[in-house]
Amino acid sequence: MPLVIALILLVVGSLLFHFLSPWTFTPLASNWGMIDFTVDLTFVVTGIVFVAVNLFMAYAIYRFRYKEGARAKYEPENKKLEIWLTVLTTIGVAAMLAPGLIVWAQFVNVPENATEIEVVGQQWRWTFRLPGEDGKFGMTDSRLISVDNEFGINPDDPHGDDDVLVDDAIVHVPLNEPVLFWLRSKDVLHNFTVAQFRVKMDLVPGMETYMWLEPTRLGEYEILCEELCGVAHHAMRGRVVVEELEDYQAWVASQPTFAELQAKPPGDPVLGAASYAVCAACHGSQGEGLLALNAPKLSGQDPRYLKRQLRNYKIGLRGIHEDDVNGRIMAPMAATLVNDAIIDNVIAYIGTLPDTPAAATVDGDIAHGAKLYVLCANCHGADGQGIKMNAPRQAGMNDWYLLSQLKNFKQGLRGHHPEDLGGKQMRLMAQTLQDDQAMRDVVAYINTL
Amino acid sequence: MTIALVFLAIIMATALGWLVRQTLNTQPWNANDPVENQPGRGVLNIDPAKIGLLSFIAVVTSLFALFLSAYMMRMKLGDWRPLPEPDLLWANTAILVLASFAFQLTRNAATRGRQAAMKIWLLVGGVCTALFLLGQLVAWQQLSTGGYLITGNPANAFFYLLTALHGLHLLGGMWVWGRTTARVLSGADVESVRLSVELCTIYWHYLLLVWVGLFGLLLST
Amino acid sequence: MAYVAIADRDHEIEHHDPTTFITKYVWSQDHKVIAIQYGVTAMFVGLIALCLSAMMRLQLGFPNSFSFITPADYYQFITMHGMIMVIFLLTALFLGGFGNYLIPLMIGSRDMVFPYMNMLSFWVYLVSVIVLLASFFVPGGPTGAGWTLYPPQAILPGTPGTDWGIILMLVSLALFIVAFTMGGLNYVTTILQARTRGMTLMRMPLSLWGIFMATILGLLAFPALFVSAVMMTLDKVAGTSFFMPAIMSMGENLSHEGGSPILFQHLFWFFGHPEVYIVALPAFGLVSDLLSTHARKNIFGYRMMVWAIIAIGGLSFIVWAHHMYVSGMNPYFGFFFATTTLIIAVPTAIKVYNWVLTLWQGNIRLTVPMLFAIGFIFTFTHGGLTGIFLGNVVVDLPLSDTYFVVAHFHMVMGVSPIMVVFGSIYHWYPKITGRMFNETLGKWHFWLTFLGTYAIYLPMHYLGFLGVPRRYFAMGDTEFMPESAFVLNQGITISALFVGLVQLLFLYNIIVSLKKGKPAGPNPWNATTLEWQTPDTPPKHGNWGDELPVVHRWAYDYSVPGYHDDFIPQNVPADATPATSEHGSDT
Repeated sequence: MPLVIALILLVVGSLLFHFLSPWTFTPLASNWGMIDFTVDLTFVVTGIVFVAVNLFMAYAIYRFRYKEGARAKYEPENKKLEIWLTVLTTIGVAAMLAPGLIVWAQFVNVPENATEIEVVGQQWRWTFRLPGEDGKFGMTDSRLISVDNEFGINPDDPHGDDDVLVDDAIVHVPLNEPVLFWLRSKDVLHNFTVAQFRVKMDLVPGMETYMWLEPTRLGEYEILCEELCGVAHHAMRGRVVVEELEDYQAWVASQPTFAELQAKPPGDPVLGAASYAVCAACHGSQGEGLLALNAPKLSGQDPRYLKRQLRNYKIGLRGIHEDDVNGRIMAPMAATLVNDAIIDNVIAYIGTLPDTPAAATVDGDIAHGAKLYVLCANCHGADGQGIKMNAPRQAGMNDWYLLSQLKNFKQGLRGHHPEDLGGKQMRLMAQTLQDDQAMRDVVAYINTL
Repeated sequence: MTIALVFLAIIMATALGWLVRQTLNTQPWNANDPVENQPGRGVLNIDPAKIGLLSFIAVVTSLFALFLSAYMMRMKLGDWRPLPEPDLLWANTAILVLASFAFQLTRNAATRGRQAAMKIWLLVGGVCTALFLLGQLVAWQQLSTGGYLITGNPANAFFYLLTALHGLHLLGGMWVWGRTTARVLSGADVESVRLSVELCTIYWHYLLLVWVGLFGLLLST
Repeated sequence: MAYVAIADRDHEIEHHDPTTFITKYVWSQDHKVIAIQYGVTAMFVGLIALCLSAMMRLQLGFPNSFSFITPADYYQFITMHGMIMVIFLLTALFLGGFGNYLIPLMIGSRDMVFPYMNMLSFWVYLVSVIVLLASFFVPGGPTGAGWTLYPPQAILPGTPGTDWGIILMLVSLALFIVAFTMGGLNYVTTILQARTRGMTLMRMPLSLWGIFMATILGLLAFPALFVSAVMMTLDKVAGTSFFMPAIMSMGENLSHEGGSPILFQHLFWFFGHPEVYIVALPAFGLVSDLLSTHARKNIFGYRMMVWAIIAIGGLSFIVWAHHMYVSGMNPYFGFFFATTTLIIAVPTAIKVYNWVLTLWQGNIRLTVPMLFAIGFIFTFTHGGLTGIFLGNVVVDLPLSDTYFVVAHFHMVMGVSPIMVVFGSIYHWYPKITGRMFNETLGKWHFWLTFLGTYAIYLPMHYLGFLGVPRRYFAMGDTEFMPESAFVLNQGITISALFVGLVQLLFLYNIIVSLKKGKPAGPNPWNATTLEWQTPDTPPKHGNWGDELPVVHRWAYDYSVPGYHDDFIPQNVPADATPATSEHGSDT
């Protein structure tokens, strides 16, 4: 008897849970309403079977419960009943399969006029490429990938020159226009997913895959990687911005092309020296950093990292949290570097400064720190020198600064802006350090590198 | 995966055809069939050891079929550069045919109870097989000195992999052969080793077949 | 010499009973001892995997609260948990454990056909388990590539355990396959060739059909895993490019070129999908016998059940790519595989109907094994129906790689087969040990496990609908996840830890009942199948005393009209009149 009641309660409870649960599909933001319809249809058919089978079973258990002297019926088979059940099941299955296949045919066949966007995945970052004015992507080769050619575009292919490169994990797409995503990976499997769009597809190194959709709702949505790609899988996030066509076109125009990037002159250290004067006040004339002013060492740091952080300060992705006192001091300073050329010059000048390793100021359990650093090494390198195209150098920089930034990340003073995806990644990583002591330990270990 | 699927389809079709005949019209709950009509017997009138070997051959065939499926799929990708098969492989093939032939003669001698002939052909079969294996090693040597290293191209890698796999299966057979030979040399009578000899013969024929198939594939691609 | 069947040669074959402790219990060739060795080892690694899942749930429910769970640890836990549960627990327990114990007893044979190979099978399995567990103690720890071991990621830095862990994993799998093949050849040959007089194939209990078909699937499918393991090992160790395209790693170009990660996935799932049925088919078989015995009614539609097992087994080889709908394979494959996948739902549904119809008009005894069997029907129906979502290619698009998948396969491949494992252990415990287990504890074990697991997995499906991705160490502040989803996650964790602890009841019960249980007698459930008709309980070496039993009827003669008892053992002659029919052993 308790079993009968339990089965009935489970069936009723499941139904109630289904209808009352606040956890359900996110509001749809693409043309794939048919997918939601197929899901609903599947729910109805499978729901009926679930309820029918289990309630029938509960009834059978109640009605034919053990009674002394009672006797079961001897009935080896009942062909008619079995055939009926088979036919009904087949019909039910076909009812679910047919719409599924129709929608899949739509998914497989891409509309002719779709806007093309290439999604490039790497451990653990998204970047994007657009075909530019000629509408054709330049050929790529993984062997050509380098710091100066992150997308591995073949410089001899004229189609590549006008390719628009988005070196950031944020992509914009036009509203109500079909968008074809070409998916490419530089290293391992990834998966491009935006829950609100419903569709997803793997990025497979060595080949190009695709998927298409038509965004139907303005807004910003999170891109998640949904194919296990290593220890920072969960921190591989991006954003997609759905906007009106004009806004989209303006965004495209604001992004650099491959030819522009290739032709861009390197920063001029001589000009940069002048601009650096304002930085020198805190960071020191040799970029050696000054603890008293909480200004970290700059010399020897990855120029791409310096550039990204200056940009983040300038456009308000960093140094905006009210408790981030030092960041708030830096933000207006970064604003004094009025354009990209000046920033390039300053960074070029910093590149000429002598790189003397900073003195150690943080103590900790080095052995414990070494264990913790295993995780960090995946991006920052086993020797803490940073990995180009991925993450900045840590070894030989100011340890007190590393410590303060780890705390900032963990507490959300840095990397909390939704568009600071590098910062968000680091936040997720800093959260794995349980307490201040763990942070000290890992920094103490970095000092030994 | 076509090759693997074809193989499976054949196995399934055989099994199903047989099962249909066995089961379709029986009404198992009808206990009135006299027990004499239901003798305790295997489904095939052969020794369980042979059934075991045949099942094992099915497993090994599945293994090779899957390797071949992988071969065909990998071959279609752009970087495939076929390697020149050493001529030595023709000689090796001939030796393996000889080995298989010798085993057949061993089996014939065993069923007719001719101990001396059985002993000789058993030894010939083993020696030929050893020569084949040696020949395969020499072929490897020739290829690697010719610059066809395992890392050079997937075609090379598959060549080494498939020949190694086939060779390992032969080596496994050689272990059984060694045990049988030891018993024959220490004077065991024909009757007591006949089953082992029969099993070896089936296995050698099978591995010859596999080799011919592999060699044909390597030559044609 | 003409061929003489084993059953007819019984008197010629000498049976040497083992005499020393070592030959009796350690290097034993007795199928019953090997079965127990398999079972105990499998349950031991299963407990380890259960502890790993507890750690994973702790991290998921209470992210970043435990310093002993780093992202690397987490991915190592999920990998080892998955691999152990699927291969080293469920496959080994159903086939190595129940298969070994039940096949000779149910077909009326004295042992397996190749007892020596059967013994080797267990010892190689044990070595594979040891190699697997050794990876916890090597530098870098076990692999964290996920149980699917997808390259390139499985063999590149950025994933834990790429130096040693992955190699040990591949070696361990290869060993397991060798062990399984040795056992499997035994099971197949024994069922084909060693059945006793009168035991036709269609008189076999469904347990044996399930085990038989699962073994065939295993023998043909495990080579695919072997092939992919060998090729991946070469890619890792020798630098070949079977699966490895030209790629970057840690900012450097690697020397691989031209390989295809998708090729690995095809090979892996060519094994991986039949593997699902390698676990499910024995469960289908065993539960059919539990239901029939405890409902005192013949299994409904026996022939249909046999054919459904065969159909599912055959179809399971042509559905593999439904695991790869979003893998980037040629999308046109989706049409074919969605269709075959949903076709497989039909024979599966028939099995569910027939189980429920077996209860109909029965005389249902809610014993502990029966409770678990009914729990199986409920959870399997649930898991099977959610499988229809994922098998239908477009429905899979939003749900693939989310917690919906996790909930689905745990329901269908975790909870429901485990229900059968528990039910079957309780059912055959009196035969294996000669003693009854504690009924009350068994019932508590059922209720807490059944309700507890549903509390874990029902809500988990809905996290999947929300879009929560699987294999995430932490969700952080994912924008579409409301605060309530995190609370739900905590609830799931608490249920999971609770269910994990409840299993101690089971362990306590089966260990203490070994000594304290009531003597069970030869046939406590009044069952018809041959294993309950042995002259000794537990059966002695050689199982049948002087004479092999002779089978006169199918395995489901329950409540036959005109007979006094509500069951007629398989070895009771057909002409035995109702008045003289006896129960118990009459061989």
